[in-house]
Amino acid sequence: MNPSVANPPVATPLFFYGLAAVMVIGGILVITRKNAVHSALALITTLLAQAALYLMLYAPFVAGVQIILYAGGIMVLFLFVIMLISIERASRERQFNKQWLVGIAAAAALGGLLIAVYTTTSKGRMMFAEGRTSYVESQNTQAVASFLFDRSTGMYMFSFEIASLLLLVAIIGAVVMAKKRI
Amino acid sequence: MLNISTLHYLVLGAALFLLGIIGVLTRRNVVIVLMSIELILNAVNLNLVAFSRYWQSIHGPNALHGQIFAIFVITDAAAEAAVGLGILIAFFRNKETVNVDEVNLLKW
Repeated sequence: MNPSVANPPVATPLFFYGLAAVMVIGGILVITRKNAVHSALALITTLLAQAALYLMLYAPFVAGVQIILYAGGIMVLFLFVIMLISIERASRERQFNKQWLVGIAAAAALGGLLIAVYTTTSKGRMMFAEGRTSYVESQNTQAVASFLFDRSTGMYMFSFEIASLLLLVAIIGAVVMAKKRI
Repeated sequence: MLNISTLHYLVLGAALFLLGIIGVLTRRNVVIVLMSIELILNAVNLNLVAFSRYWQSIHGPNALHGQIFAIFVITDAAAEAAVGLGILIAFFRNKETVNVDEVNLLKW
């Protein structure tokens, strides 16, 4: 059986544009709200929509990690810190710093550069033309695990160990930072 | 037929990246600056997973290097959030402020 026709996607443009709109609106809300709690909720919405986009890209394991670790772990950490620090006074103050105009100009320059890159055509065709794609996703988690853990094919095993060391260092650093007397 | 290609995901990732850049450069609240950094990391992750899909269409369904890299980026984001928020709590305990332009302890 040809895997490219085994499980074709349904209404892909509709879902993509809907999720993209949710993500962009959520991102705009993150950087414009006064109250940091509202920003955090908008960011959670953006992260969940992004997890759905990962599913559309046939990456179910990364989508699960996104929901569990980002929307479940990191954002809870953010909300916890927002609760600890006094957010009332900060929401009454000026929200944007003095160089906001320069910042937006720099971002616009970067955006112009990205537009120039993405609209470049070589020999009449756009970049990243799609090849023939297959829609097999049932072995995604297994393939990811064999990259990370398998001794014969796992080319990322050493990187995985270094990542665990990085997490240990981050835990120690966070504990030291949160001590009463540094 | 209207197809969603890799370029669509790249444009969406670029839009989120620019929103994060604007948030980092213009906001005063440190918590929102850290959230904008998370937005930037997520834009990069979206690009990585989209390129992983593109790579799969060339090298077969087991060429998942972009997804592996996205998992590593998520690990880094967790570490960065933990340390950054720890620094923020220590700073707030000393200076009673969360505004990024009042962080001038090392200036003289």
